[in-house]
Amino acid sequence: MSAAPLRVQIGELARRSITQTLRQPALIVPPIFFPLMLVAVNSSGLQAATNIPGFPTDNYVDFAIAVAFIQGSLFAMINAGSALARDVETGFLRRLAMTPMQRPALLLGHLSGVLLVALGSSLIYLVAGWIAGMHLAAGPGGVLALLALAMLIALGFAAIGALVGLRSGSGEAVQGFFPLFFVLLFLSSSSLPRPLIEHEWFRTIATYNPISYLIEGIRSFIIDGWDGEALALGFGFAIAIAVLALAGASQALRTRLVRT
Amino acid sequence: MSSLGAMESSDGIEVRGLVREFKNGPRAVDGIDLQVSPGEIYGFLGPNGAGKSTTVLILTTLLPPTAGAARVAGHDIVREGPAVRAAIGAALQEAALDPLLTGRDHMRLQTTLQGLPRGERRARGDELLERVGLLDAADRKVGGYSGGMKRRLDLALALVHRPRILFLDEPTTGLDPQSRAELWQEVARLARDEGVTVFLTTQYLEEADVLADRIGIIDHGRIVATGTPEALKAEIGRPSLELVPAQPEDRERVAGVLARFGSHTAAPPGAAAVRLDGGAEALADVVRALDAEGLAVSDFQLHAPTLDDVFLARTGRKMDTEEPTTAEHQVAAA
Repeated sequence: MSAAPLRVQIGELARRSITQTLRQPALIVPPIFFPLMLVAVNSSGLQAATNIPGFPTDNYVDFAIAVAFIQGSLFAMINAGSALARDVETGFLRRLAMTPMQRPALLLGHLSGVLLVALGSSLIYLVAGWIAGMHLAAGPGGVLALLALAMLIALGFAAIGALVGLRSGSGEAVQGFFPLFFVLLFLSSSSLPRPLIEHEWFRTIATYNPISYLIEGIRSFIIDGWDGEALALGFGFAIAIAVLALAGASQALRTRLVRT
Repeated sequence: MSSLGAMESSDGIEVRGLVREFKNGPRAVDGIDLQVSPGEIYGFLGPNGAGKSTTVLILTTLLPPTAGAARVAGHDIVREGPAVRAAIGAALQEAALDPLLTGRDHMRLQTTLQGLPRGERRARGDELLERVGLLDAADRKVGGYSGGMKRRLDLALALVHRPRILFLDEPTTGLDPQSRAELWQEVARLARDEGVTVFLTTQYLEEADVLADRIGIIDHGRIVATGTPEALKAEIGRPSLELVPAQPEDRERVAGVLARFGSHTAAPPGAAAVRLDGGAEALADVVRALDAEGLAVSDFQLHAPTLDDVFLARTGRKMDTEEPTTAEHQVAAA
């Protein structure tokens, strides 16, 4: 009996990941509604910020909706990490190790499933944004590019979750990472454009915080259209995070999935 | 690593000088040698922490050995890991299942990863689910399965690719007697009807006794005895007699009488026991001697030698205790 091709293995493990997610409403509802709720609260409370000279739009929803995509990616991180940690804890990883499964299939299968959920969430953010009056300056072609960037960001964060889940083998450790990234999200240009942040320390942290550039990349599609610099930085940081996190997760899987 | 010649048969297991040493820890496996013939059920018996599971992990290629060599299904476990895995199935110590997936989901995943042709996957999965009595529960999430159902599914998953050798690591731990008996039945059927070689670890003496064609007893990483259950018990030879005096204060006097008929052996509190030098034929003499001393007994048991006696004889300990004990020590403590 010959081993199944890699794409079949990835497909089956992605199917498992999606099945797991669909059977846990707690993994679907928060990534969709929590970010949208935060956008709604911020947009109603901070609409006045659009009157600040230099604010790039007169509709705060246009400005705030980008943050939802990053928050959705943080949930992707938790979901991917927790699922892999559970496989370590239950010994399921050893069961998989006994099959002719190739290592990349496990990681890519898990991540594919998580990304599919992230894609669904992203589409819902866009629809909700349009209903709330969002205007996409980049036009119809911008939708695809925005989704591509959002998926790249989700991939990077999900791979960070996978790295932590595989290294620690503990769902609690993965959950413990969430507040750290949530703080990083708020110490970015999530609420105000960087040049308008009044306190220097905050502005400095936001400038060095890669999450600012991820948000600004997505935001540029909505407010500016096609801003080369914002997109280069956004895609650049997203790719760098994804590559580093995937490399780390692959190494962690190699260590965890020992077999001769 | 020590050398190992090619096995005559490709469906057996051959191990020479296998060692596994963990960092800053003891040798979990300390130079074991063993051979399992094709179609045989080999019981690997030992207390918790003896090295059983570590041996299984090494033989199933999930843990590299520190030293020694082993061939499983004719393949070297270090150099030919994928070939070994293709020939074996394993149900490891914990039933490693995904609580969110159904039994059928598990089968689908396992049949796909094992490379079964698309058209055969569903049929093979259902065939195995039916064989282990889980077809009716196939579409229920495994999180709601009982311990016995999980173990049976675990076994079915290990059989998906028709392995020639099956490793079962404490497959009945935590199961109720009925579930245990059902699993024993299936394991015995696999060996008898399908010629599957079974390497079974257990800490249950009865399990090894009932199922295994041959037994290896492991303690502190070393094999201390090997042979058929009958041969091992025959080494002990003599039966033991256990008496509970009607008056608890007579225990020492009863023990004194028993000492005339053989050597003291382990006994529960309040009882006295002896390994009868004259075998079961000495029983009448014991009764007469007790009568002559005016001693009455409330319970009277004659035990044929058990694997526990074998373990005690080889290690100086009972299977269920970690402390070294001798028969005299136990009698004195009682």
